[in-house]
Amino acid sequence: MLATRAGRRERKGRLQNWLDSCTIANRLSGAQDFQGSRSAQPRRRAVDQHMEPFDETGASGGCARASYEQLERWLNEVEPDLLASRRAQAELLFRRIGITFAVYGAEEASERLIPFDILPRILERREWATLEQGLIQRVRAINLFLADLYRGREIVAAGVIPPDLIYRNPAFRPEMTNWRVPHGIYVHVAGIDIVRTGEDDLYVLEDNVRTPSGVSYMLENREVMLRLFPELFTMHKVAPIEDYPDHLHATLRSVAPPAASANPVVALLTPGQYNSAFYEHSFLADKLGVELVEGSDLFVRDDVVYMRTTEGPRRVDVIYRRIDDEFLDPLEFRPDSQLGVPGLMGAYRAGNVTLANAVGTGVADDKAIYSYMPDVIRFYLGEKPLLQNVPTWRCREPEALSHVLAHLEELVVKEVNGSGGYGMLVGPHATKAQIAEFAAKLSSNPANFIAQPTLALSTCPISLAEGVAPRHVDLRPFVLQGANGVQIVPGGLTRVAMTENSLIVNSSQGGGTKDTWVIDDSAAA
Amino acid sequence: MLSRSADNLYWLARYMERADFIARILHASRRLAALPKAYGGAENEWESVLISAGAAAAFHASGRPLDEFNVVDFLTFAPENPGSILNCVEHARANGRAVRTALTIEMWETINDGYLAMKALDTARVAHDGEEFGRFLDFVKRMSLAYDGGVYRTMLRNEAYWFSRVGLFIERGDNTARLLDVKYHVLLPEKEVVGGSLDYFQWSAVLRAVSAHTAYSWVYRESLKPWLVADLLILRPEMPRSLISCCEAAARHLDRLARSHGRQGPAQRHAHALHGKLEVLSIDNVLQGGLHEFIQDFITENNKLGTLVCEQYLF
Repeated sequence: MLATRAGRRERKGRLQNWLDSCTIANRLSGAQDFQGSRSAQPRRRAVDQHMEPFDETGASGGCARASYEQLERWLNEVEPDLLASRRAQAELLFRRIGITFAVYGAEEASERLIPFDILPRILERREWATLEQGLIQRVRAINLFLADLYRGREIVAAGVIPPDLIYRNPAFRPEMTNWRVPHGIYVHVAGIDIVRTGEDDLYVLEDNVRTPSGVSYMLENREVMLRLFPELFTMHKVAPIEDYPDHLHATLRSVAPPAASANPVVALLTPGQYNSAFYEHSFLADKLGVELVEGSDLFVRDDVVYMRTTEGPRRVDVIYRRIDDEFLDPLEFRPDSQLGVPGLMGAYRAGNVTLANAVGTGVADDKAIYSYMPDVIRFYLGEKPLLQNVPTWRCREPEALSHVLAHLEELVVKEVNGSGGYGMLVGPHATKAQIAEFAAKLSSNPANFIAQPTLALSTCPISLAEGVAPRHVDLRPFVLQGANGVQIVPGGLTRVAMTENSLIVNSSQGGGTKDTWVIDDSAAA
Repeated sequence: MLSRSADNLYWLARYMERADFIARILHASRRLAALPKAYGGAENEWESVLISAGAAAAFHASGRPLDEFNVVDFLTFAPENPGSILNCVEHARANGRAVRTALTIEMWETINDGYLAMKALDTARVAHDGEEFGRFLDFVKRMSLAYDGGVYRTMLRNEAYWFSRVGLFIERGDNTARLLDVKYHVLLPEKEVVGGSLDYFQWSAVLRAVSAHTAYSWVYRESLKPWLVADLLILRPEMPRSLISCCEAAARHLDRLARSHGRQGPAQRHAHALHGKLEVLSIDNVLQGGLHEFIQDFITENNKLGTLVCEQYLF
């Protein structure tokens, strides 16, 4: 049994222990860094159903699931020394591929080195196909939702979403109302965080549709795995992901303003080398073969954006911007922004440049809006949502409020616009006094809160010096949406909580990553 | 390419070259300052080092007493001296980091490793300990050689390379000219006393600073003559640090840029004019017109070339 090599026997009967150590989600609103300080919510119902978290290898069900059969056989055959040497090699490769490319010094680089686990997470094509359909549906719906919010607002008129959730949302941008972005596309790149609690139970934990990050790690992880385990790739027929930069480039070019030339110029706008994600920005610009620009490299004349080059001004048609809305244009948003380009919004509204993602998309990935996402899908697509939402009680609704108040010790209660874990209650971890105090706060302003159950994240095996052991994981697939359709490279970034029993997958708190494989179904192979 | 990237590459090259130059003049001066007075060792040696490094005003403003330790420390490590070796390497790294994707791994690793090694130094000890300091100067020269080799051997021959070379040669010309200017009085012929000049060691120090001691022997096959030292450093095209070589190389790389962009500009015209002027000169002309005036004029014109490049390409 794959996961029994280390730790599993010991874990049995420790469910209560595990539950106690469940760490509960909070989310940095606006920050879509995959390293951001938020984690997954364990879900009590799932725990009750399965008694322990879903083991993706199938170990908890008594027999290996088909997707992991070959890996398990391979692991049983290899010398333990081999795994140790591959782990060391992986570390070395990351320093070479990652760090020698990176723009950091030795000390900064070791901080940046996110733990990497050498065992792949494996999904069968059939499982991926379900997920893929769900992701496409979700991102299409989010796009239609944004197009509606900034123009007709039918969904508000129909009473599906209360107007104050839109108008009083800090991420809502009145500057975007009543005009159409090029090709009607608002979300060009989305990172949808997925957790799994059972064979068929996939939940969206959150939608990231502002400037989601982490894709460089997805690509690097695969490069490292290809070098480390060529034999496993021969065995598994893993779907390639290396074409992501090509798809991204095609997506960005497809949304160039109609007036642009047949060969539109794309640039990647970064806040600069001191930004924590600068490595990813320069990595992507390099892979895309586009200029990596800072605000000061661009200027706007007569509503047209140019970059300053050694051959004079060069017109820019599409900007893949990795800076937040409020820093984009000091004339319209924060006047103290040194990162933006004065006049950029004017050029945008004049239809002379496309910003990817569009301005104001944050209104769709907000905590309060999240709970309406199944309704949003039904409203715009007339379809049943393929991916589940984590059940969310909106405390603004009296019935929900009374339920939440009665079950505070089991739930996670968050402020709608809170961030960084401030102002939230983690029921299973709180003292009676804290719960009482929070109940008072909640009752005085219920509209400011939502509540969710705790979720038991699925586990995957990781390779440690002590052997192979299960750890909790989540998944961030990257969804591209252009005038040429929706594209998702198979897989995504799997984040793993490296500490035993921990549910915290964030790299800032010891979380790591692993390569994610979508393989042909065993039946088909 | 982005003007900012060109700007970063240009200054990256200039700062690396400057760090190398300061290490070289410090090396030569330590030798000279260690000589007895009768052999040309002079107390004002440290003042002239400061002047050639272009740091005299900053040094005096710092209020430090003028002695070996203070000059060495100021030119090497002082955070308040924008042109100290440490600051040069730090500026070089910041420029390189901003255009990381335009550099090859070899270039970046040389700068980054060099920078990290320097950051880890106990600077007070190195500045006090002659032996340690000698090793440090060798380290700086080796870093600059490795960097230059990395540029030459690994960079694509495109805009990035040409801008980087233009920066290098403008900086190198400036450095050679400054060195000559500080020493011009000892290079004048009337100062010569055949066979036993006090200045002999001054000349040889000038040559050593630009690694041209052996080159001199190969080119002239004569004992050291000050006007020939001046000739070597100003007019000899085979001498890689001579003013004429630097001008020629800057013009050549500017031509490559012009060809790839399909148009000439004021920078190209100026570089060619400067080079053409040197080509028709003999060292006698130079000395007749006044060596000091000639060098001052060159420094001005060379700076103007730098300004024209910035105006034409870097905004």
